[in-house]
Amino acid sequence: MLTRMIPEIGHFALIIAALMAVTQAIVPLAGAATRRPLWMAYAAPMALGQFAFVLLAYLCLTASYMLDDFSVVNVADNSNSMLPWYYKFSAVWGNHEGSVLLWSLMLATWGFAVSRLSRGLPRDMVARVLGVMGSVSAGFLLFVLITSNPFERSLPNIPEDGADLNPLLQDFGLVIHPPMLYMGYVGFSVVFAFAIAALLGGRLDSAWTRWARPWTNVAWAFLTVGIALGSWWAYYELGWGGWWFWDPVENASLLPWLTGTALIHSLAVTEKRGSFKSWTVLLAIFTFSLSLLGTFLVRSGVLTSVHSFANDPSRGLFILVLLGITVGLSLLVFALRAPRVSHAVGFGLVSRDSLLLVNNILLVIMTVTVLLGTLYPLLLDAFGLGKISVGPPYFNALFVPLTVLMCVFMGLGPIARWKRMAGSELRRRLWLAGLVALVIAALMPLIYGGEWNPWVSLGLVAALWIVLPLVRDLIDKARKGATPLTGLRRQSLAYWGMVVGHLGMAITITGVTVVSNYSVEENVRMSPGDSVEVAGYTFSMQELKQRRGANFLSDIAVIEVVGSDGERRFVMEPEKRLYLARGMPMTQVALRPGPLRDLYVAMGEELGDGAWAMRIQYKPMVRWLWLGAVLMASGGLLAVADRRYRRRASQSQQRDVSAVQEATA
Amino acid sequence: MKRRLLLSLPLVGFIGLAIFLYMGLSMDPFGRDSARLSDAFPSFELSTLDDPDRRVDESLFEGEVTLVNVWGEWCPTCKQEMPQLLDLADRGIRLVGINYKDTRDKGREFLDEFGNPFEVNIFDPEGDLGFELGVYGAPETFLVDADGIIRYHHTGYIKPEDVRDTILPEVEKWQ
Amino acid sequence: MAVISRCLAVICLSLVAGMAVADEVREFGHPVMEQRYRELTASLRCPKCENQAIDDSNSPVSADMRDRVYALLQEGRSDREIQDFMVDRFGDYVLYNPRLEGRTYLLWGLPAVLVVVGAIVVLLIVRARRRASAQALSADERARLNELIDRERTE
Repeated sequence: MLTRMIPEIGHFALIIAALMAVTQAIVPLAGAATRRPLWMAYAAPMALGQFAFVLLAYLCLTASYMLDDFSVVNVADNSNSMLPWYYKFSAVWGNHEGSVLLWSLMLATWGFAVSRLSRGLPRDMVARVLGVMGSVSAGFLLFVLITSNPFERSLPNIPEDGADLNPLLQDFGLVIHPPMLYMGYVGFSVVFAFAIAALLGGRLDSAWTRWARPWTNVAWAFLTVGIALGSWWAYYELGWGGWWFWDPVENASLLPWLTGTALIHSLAVTEKRGSFKSWTVLLAIFTFSLSLLGTFLVRSGVLTSVHSFANDPSRGLFILVLLGITVGLSLLVFALRAPRVSHAVGFGLVSRDSLLLVNNILLVIMTVTVLLGTLYPLLLDAFGLGKISVGPPYFNALFVPLTVLMCVFMGLGPIARWKRMAGSELRRRLWLAGLVALVIAALMPLIYGGEWNPWVSLGLVAALWIVLPLVRDLIDKARKGATPLTGLRRQSLAYWGMVVGHLGMAITITGVTVVSNYSVEENVRMSPGDSVEVAGYTFSMQELKQRRGANFLSDIAVIEVVGSDGERRFVMEPEKRLYLARGMPMTQVALRPGPLRDLYVAMGEELGDGAWAMRIQYKPMVRWLWLGAVLMASGGLLAVADRRYRRRASQSQQRDVSAVQEATA
Repeated sequence: MKRRLLLSLPLVGFIGLAIFLYMGLSMDPFGRDSARLSDAFPSFELSTLDDPDRRVDESLFEGEVTLVNVWGEWCPTCKQEMPQLLDLADRGIRLVGINYKDTRDKGREFLDEFGNPFEVNIFDPEGDLGFELGVYGAPETFLVDADGIIRYHHTGYIKPEDVRDTILPEVEKWQ
Repeated sequence: MAVISRCLAVICLSLVAGMAVADEVREFGHPVMEQRYRELTASLRCPKCENQAIDDSNSPVSADMRDRVYALLQEGRSDREIQDFMVDRFGDYVLYNPRLEGRTYLLWGLPAVLVVVGAIVVLLIVRARRRASAQALSADERARLNELIDRERTE
């Protein structure tokens, strides 16, 4: 009996959480504006309460899934009694309603974390930050309650069994990809809230950037991992061997990543040097706005790719209104409160400041390019100029040169000094790295592929140009210490974070370059006894067998693979599954991963007479793509662990910062 | 003042974007006009569904406004659409079917079961004529005028209200 | 989220996939032909699907389009002719690489314009900031810098 009430308890908890979020939005902000400590003190308890009740609601929905309560429409539509328990757990966020609830839970979690970890901050600052986060939270909780209630029930006609979770979502990658992505999206709400709080409080000094930096890095790291997981999942699950499709929904996740990357760099400039203040605030607003825009694009059905996620136009309208209020108001505050006079902090053409400026501008251009390409078909349609498509050829044509340009400056940045630097010194420290990069990049394609390939050389020179100056810098730093080790140990974790992050970028670029140019793909017809050679490996089909899984039937091809040396032998078993509840066929790829190459075999259609179409692929260095992303994320997290952030942000530090500003102004 | 204006630029840009997205909400990403509009009906030479020996070609469309419906036994929506097509035939409109990627037996069974509003059915087992018409699914319906020019295209299911709201006015327009 | 929509795209396809034979096994006389086939099929969009190139899609119309691309290549048609052939039947929608024409000038041009504008902005900001840093210099240095700037202006 009690278990039957669980969805109602969840629904009720959600309503309470929404009310608390509204309170958290209104009272502390009003308190900060009118300087009432009691009102401001509402912020933290409300953040706690909101978190607790959203968590309760979320647990109730999870419980409904676990208990197969098919009276809940959401459970009936997305689960099945045959589904293994761990997929019941993840099915909660494998649909629109549940995923928005997860969004809200994460938002509440970030808010709660901020309230716990910001005790050293000025009271009005905390009140404003939590107030802004509460507003966003309130908007999303109302969105859940009004348009996407996951607790809706189909009483009294309870279905016998559920429709089952989409088989594509029955996969480990899909269990962790969305939460990571949402943690990133939602995490940017913290830096957004800090920026708005700083604008509202009229305190656009460097202090807010110092408080916001660790939060931003963590959010960015989550988003990086989330995007990489999505790419990895698409690679092994969809059976085409592609890892990035420039699909509008992928672009939606890339947009905040690009501005987020710009933001973590511009926060550094603002914190260290006190310059680009308005710009950094604007980037913080942009980054979170693009997270919201992504949500809108994915769930409103305005773009072809995303049509199926939520085809209820009222949802699209609600998110658009939410987006309009959040972004419109914050940009209005920005227009009114951003400093009228720019405190020009001086720097020269050759300086880390100017290089970071270039980095920011390039990242923004990339963002605009992706946004333009994504929305352009919609734009033409709106003006009645016909239907066109903008796809991978367009994005590749523009993104590759922009990335190469970016790499040029990425190589220079870490070497350059703040404020100004003699061009001759930069040249002296970099000429060797540049020369070595050029030589290796020019020769590698000859050694590896047997013929010169300009694209491979270009990609490699870009990657090496990021790595080698860093190596040079590390050598210089090691020399400065009494022993090399002491010299390196003196470096801060923030520095090491930068090194690891940039290294990750270089590794990703290398992977992209090699896999794009040296992949081999063969579509062949195979029956037992046939063999085929692909990229030096011999694939022989031994037999076909059938298997019955928990909720599917499958055909399996047993393929023996022999390496070119004739020594290494192993078996790969690609699978074609038929999921029973939905009658849906699925390709289960057989993968032989390796640091330098993946072998990838996917079963196509049955061609008759016991023959199957097989897609056999050789993917060199494809793992480097995701390894690089993991390194980038680690770099971001490493920087958070820096000692500076663990100290309490005290008044004395603020004084330090303003002293620096005065000195440099 | 100049700087204030500069700082307001993001807001202005965003308002523009928001209005555009609002317009986007009411657009249908799947509604596309056929690329064949205003083109002459592609030339072809195929047999009819009933009689393998009877060859027809594009001259079939000369002299009278015709609705051309692309259908197949394998297409569930086509079955739902048949009452509307029968209704159109009753109103005196000339209908020609293209039996698309089907077998003769299944096609005939379909007509026996769901009725036959078509004056003649062009048998297109390989989907070649369909491809020339830019058909990417069934059902699809084309309106061809008396000169054999394609004038209107309807993708997917013809709902009962579509007969009155869109199909009939288009037929009248080109008659 | 990206993946979810992709899944949904795949579901939509699988509904119509029953009659399709994807992954045809094709013979190419020359590796250049094979390369062209791959590039063409990767840059043509399946008109039926949510967002997929015809080389990735199991939809029947994609299979037909692949057959046509293969046949036209064997006939010795150029890439442009093959693209035109598809556009005539399915519209500009099937081109993933939008053609440069009146309505796409903005699409292709804006990024390039932004790079130029960005470069100008960087130079303007650096010039302003250099002046700012000049104020922080000693009187002697400032005098010398002014001299340099003046010389630059007169040149």
